Amino acid sequence: MTTGEATKTRSAALLDSVRASSWQSRLAVALVAVLLTLLAVEAVQAPGQFLSQLLIGLTNGAILALVALGYTLVYGIIELINFAHGDNFMIGSFVGLTVLSGTFAGLGLFGAITDDSGTLLKVAGVFIALFVAMAVCGLMNVGIERVAYKPLRNSPRLAVLITAIGMSFILQNVGLIWKGPAQIPFPQLISDNKVFGPGSILFRWNDLFVVGVTVPLLVALSYFIQRTRQGKAMRAVAQDKEAASMMGINVNRTISITFLLGGILAGASGVMYGLFNGITVFNVGFTQGLYAFTAAILGGIGNLTGAVVGGLLIGIIGAMADQCIGTRWTAIVIFAVLILVLVFRPRGLLGDRSAVQGGGE
Amino acid sequence: MDCVIRFGGGPAVDSDKGGRVGRMRSLGVLAVLGISSALLVAGCGGEAETVKIVSDLPLQGANRAQTTTMVNSIEMAIEERNGKAGGVNIAYESYDDATAQTGQWDPIKCAENAQSAAQDEEVVGWIGPFNAGCAAVEIPILNEAGLGMISPANTYIGLTKPSPDKTEPEKYYPTGERNYTRVIVADDEQGQAGALLMQDEGVKSVYILDDRNTYGQGLADQVEKSAKELGIEVIGRQGIDGSASNYRSLMNRIAQANPDAIYFGGIFVDNADQLLKDKVSAGMSNDDVLFIGPDGIFVDTLLSQAGDAAEGAYVTFGGLPESELTPEGKQFVKKYEQQHDDEVQPYTAYSYEAANVMLDAIERAAKEAGGAPDREAVLQQIFATEDYEGVLGTWSFDEDGDTTLTELSVQQVQDGAFEYQRTIDAGEM
Repeated sequence: MTTGEATKTRSAALLDSVRASSWQSRLAVALVAVLLTLLAVEAVQAPGQFLSQLLIGLTNGAILALVALGYTLVYGIIELINFAHGDNFMIGSFVGLTVLSGTFAGLGLFGAITDDSGTLLKVAGVFIALFVAMAVCGLMNVGIERVAYKPLRNSPRLAVLITAIGMSFILQNVGLIWKGPAQIPFPQLISDNKVFGPGSILFRWNDLFVVGVTVPLLVALSYFIQRTRQGKAMRAVAQDKEAASMMGINVNRTISITFLLGGILAGASGVMYGLFNGITVFNVGFTQGLYAFTAAILGGIGNLTGAVVGGLLIGIIGAMADQCIGTRWTAIVIFAVLILVLVFRPRGLLGDRSAVQGGGE
Repeated sequence: MDCVIRFGGGPAVDSDKGGRVGRMRSLGVLAVLGISSALLVAGCGGEAETVKIVSDLPLQGANRAQTTTMVNSIEMAIEERNGKAGGVNIAYESYDDATAQTGQWDPIKCAENAQSAAQDEEVVGWIGPFNAGCAAVEIPILNEAGLGMISPANTYIGLTKPSPDKTEPEKYYPTGERNYTRVIVADDEQGQAGALLMQDEGVKSVYILDDRNTYGQGLADQVEKSAKELGIEVIGRQGIDGSASNYRSLMNRIAQANPDAIYFGGIFVDNADQLLKDKVSAGMSNDDVLFIGPDGIFVDTLLSQAGDAAEGAYVTFGGLPESELTPEGKQFVKKYEQQHDDEVQPYTAYSYEAANVMLDAIERAAKEAGGAPDREAVLQQIFATEDYEGVLGTWSFDEDGDTTLTELSVQQVQDGAFEYQRTIDAGEM
């Protein structure tokens, strides 16, 4: 009986909220419904194809999500759009490449790890490359914060934004001098054979690798922020810097740790990008960074879950646009979705008050 | 050549700065007069017997290996004539239209180079550019300046002949007079060659991609047209984003459509390597689904970047490889490789030919003028080039400035290198 009443009141409340809703939100719901129906039709017509595209979108989106997290972490804590983050990602892929080549600054440390190396060596190579890139990018991000952002912490926000853009250019040119202007191939260490035998679903070891690196990183990050003392300190600083410092939290150290986390994620995604796509280039940080930044905005900047959702969504939207509309229109579709979302939800899909800041609106 | 004062404008001192202005001003005027008279002497004096030609190529980025040999070949052509044409000294300057930032040609740099040549009265001839998009920027500027151009590499059809864009080619020639020529076979022929190659290989259906640039899209249009004429079904046409991270969803979709071949109209800088990798990894090997590209991806770097995925891919080239050149051409290759450390690239012979055609035109114009020729005379002589016997064969410029040659070559990637496969005469279609 009670449950029946509860459903009754719930449905009544739902009806009330529909009556009270503005025409914009009704339009939005209608639009989303139409889109989902179209996708469902597609899914029924060619399930194998649909699933393949979905998986492609998810893996592309997972890499974007990791980069987007870096934007959103930093924004959540000091409200700065760290434009250098995309280029940090590029440096990450270059560091990974250098580790795999085994030579640094003319010094041959060990033999290059290539397509022909043994399985064990490949696995070791991948992990070492990931680890070194994460360390280098994390420390570099901390250094960038010390040099370019910390001295300006109390100046107008535009000043920091400009130094961020400046750092982005500096990193891009470092990449240009380091590896030259042409695209650089990555050794193919992870097989691009299908995982599920010769079926119609396209899911390769490569894709599995991306998922297998992304998920643990996300879990670890979430654990760090929700469960550890340092994570608590981050949330406190994000909410109110002054109050946090009055409670004895070292604000500077907390901000440095945030940048360290962002850099670690950028380094990991940089190496993953290279291994997954097989090619990297000095300005990859700009194009990928733009999409990652879009993902962060789409999900609600400052919101960690939002960044992941935004990244995955952009990946999937891109793949679906390629499948159903045409590659010519993919970028337009992605940004049209962004505009629509921002029109109806100016703070992004999940709102910009982040988990870092304690959650809730 | 008009000998006006080139340092125009008033004196450098601002007039509202108080009492001493009057004196300062007259000093300024004196200074300007001094400079301009010096210029007058230099411009119209004994040095008049020198004319200058310039080349404009992307000397940075992925095309560098290719364009460096082109500059060398132009220098070679001038040296072979001891730096003279028709008794006039030839000065040569090499412009770079690429920026380090983009790693390829840059429209702003192209416009700057064209402007500076247009303003330099000594310049009577222009060799280049390398990229069609760059040519689209430069031709109108140099057209206004009346400077004759010979491009060794642009193949985009709309630069000289009507294209699907109704305003071409007229929009490039604001004065109504033509000033642009090219020694390479244009894309109407290359498009036909691509389609003929598909027919030869028994292709029934093709999926066409382009990189949404002047050259790539124009070429893809030509291929689409020719393929339809030959009865090959065009089952799809897409433009790709050259900076996308990968093309897996696109290739997955194409695999579903199951074509016999994929044609890519574009340059390799626009991610041709990634496209090939994703094509093969989507289950379309180059044996089952042919991959055909134009001269824009005929670069050795493609092979190192795409690796095994490039194996078996076809490339059409609006000219002939060194092994198929005329005896003169082979002699040129031999001589070049004796004198230089690097090897001849696909376009090297074409820039050499362009330089020689330019120098011949200057020579004829100089003989006619009995001294340093002006731009107009050189331009006339470029277009008057007829039955020219050069390293590419015997050919003329038609009224649009296109070569009368119609032979193209097809290469295929075999064991990690481009191998010449056959010659296709697109003139037969």
